[in-house]
Amino acid sequence: MDFSWIFEYQGLLVRGAFLTCLLLAISVTLGFALAIFLAIAQVGNGSIARWISKGYCTFFRGTPLLIQLWLIYYGLGSYLPHIPGLRTSFLWPVMREGLFFAALALTLNFAAYQGEILRGAMLAVPKGELEAARAVGMSARMILRRIWLPRAIRIGLPTFAGEVILQLKATPIVFSVTVMDLYGAAYKIRQDTLLVYEPLLLVTVFYVGLTFVITQVFQKLENAVPVRR
Amino acid sequence: MRTDTSAPALVVNNVHKSYGAHEVLKGISLTAEKGDVVSVIGSSGSGKSTLLRCINFLEIPDQGTFQINGEDVVFRIGRDGRCHPASWRQIERLRSGLGMVFQSFNLWPHMTILQNVIEAPVHVLGVKRNVAIEKADSLLAKVGLYDKRDAYPAFLSGGQQQRASIARALCVDPAVMLFDEPTSALDPELVGEVLKVIRGLAEEGRTMVMVTHEMKFARDVSTRVMFLHQGQVEEIGPPAQVFGAPKSARCKEFVAAGSH
Repeated sequence: MDFSWIFEYQGLLVRGAFLTCLLLAISVTLGFALAIFLAIAQVGNGSIARWISKGYCTFFRGTPLLIQLWLIYYGLGSYLPHIPGLRTSFLWPVMREGLFFAALALTLNFAAYQGEILRGAMLAVPKGELEAARAVGMSARMILRRIWLPRAIRIGLPTFAGEVILQLKATPIVFSVTVMDLYGAAYKIRQDTLLVYEPLLLVTVFYVGLTFVITQVFQKLENAVPVRR
Repeated sequence: MRTDTSAPALVVNNVHKSYGAHEVLKGISLTAEKGDVVSVIGSSGSGKSTLLRCINFLEIPDQGTFQINGEDVVFRIGRDGRCHPASWRQIERLRSGLGMVFQSFNLWPHMTILQNVIEAPVHVLGVKRNVAIEKADSLLAKVGLYDKRDAYPAFLSGGQQQRASIARALCVDPAVMLFDEPTSALDPELVGEVLKVIRGLAEEGRTMVMVTHEMKFARDVSTRVMFLHQGQVEEIGPPAQVFGAPKSARCKEFVAAGSH
């Protein structure tokens, strides 16, 4: 085993690890926020909102992430420069990067899965708890904010943990649109040093470690409200 | 807001409610003066719970007029020919003045007992948090749960959970307390502790409407008892009359069956 290259490539590796974490954090946070709207649209009364949300979730869950990423990167990416004013705007330095499209694709994809899970969790909240909230005079919006969503999120937590881990392992796909994430760094090292296993082993350890951290964080969140077993 | 301090706490007139072709309530009227304890009895399917749920609009009645603490509930007739609340704001405001206690407690499991109790005063009524906590603590002490204030509902027995939910209902200073079979989901040995709390409230002079199967208890604490049969008031009067000398044959049968 030859790990002598580590010091030479440490900058690349650290940057790659940072990008992997950044993509995970962005897509999970923004994806979750979007998922809340998708879930509310599906359990709510508005039939138009429900169909839009259903269609969205079906599309993004029904197509490969790789294809979504490429459609966004090559399709949307080649269209953006033609929008008047965008190239001169302060957003352009961000929006021309592969990272932007990678984060966008991962976010949209994550939201679709998360939206469906959250919808199920919302329906799993016992009706009586929501009735109790109505009975004390809460408005629909307040019930959502104070009772329904907090309860649904807790019910869904074990599943969310699994989804975040899956999302972590979906991130290497961004290498295909020029983002040098951790996998990208390993790929480059393999090409430079002609070492087959060692760079892959190193990033494997990193992914396992990050998964461990994620499970620990979710464990803490789950324990925040004690349940009798 | 039209409120009148001399008005009855609750006036319900001619309530109808159907589910599809099945008419559950066929024109029920009920008046509760301040301090009245009205027990609603009857076999299952007689419409007792539906009546109670119509009073705080968890079910929207098809027809009927409601006056809560002197304030008329405003309805409009929808295109389907049924009643709809003209203003959900009004419904929400009125609900916050009605304390509902459910058969299955329905505490919010992601909050501690104290958080459950102060939730409505703080977030619905806008009471200051420390004021609400002070009040909640005294209510929890009253129902014998002060030492459980920081526990989560899952760690309480059914009787404790029901007492906590009574404290939750009391914390908004309700004009009327509504009890929907408060002891039906409890193990027999836990029924007593909950009834004791409810009895205490009755003795304080709280206005209450209570759906119950506890005949002896209803007889003891009620100022009036209402016997429902197939969505209609079959018998109403003081407990001595309804339990002792009912005019209706059905009521006689029901009371006789429940008294042993």
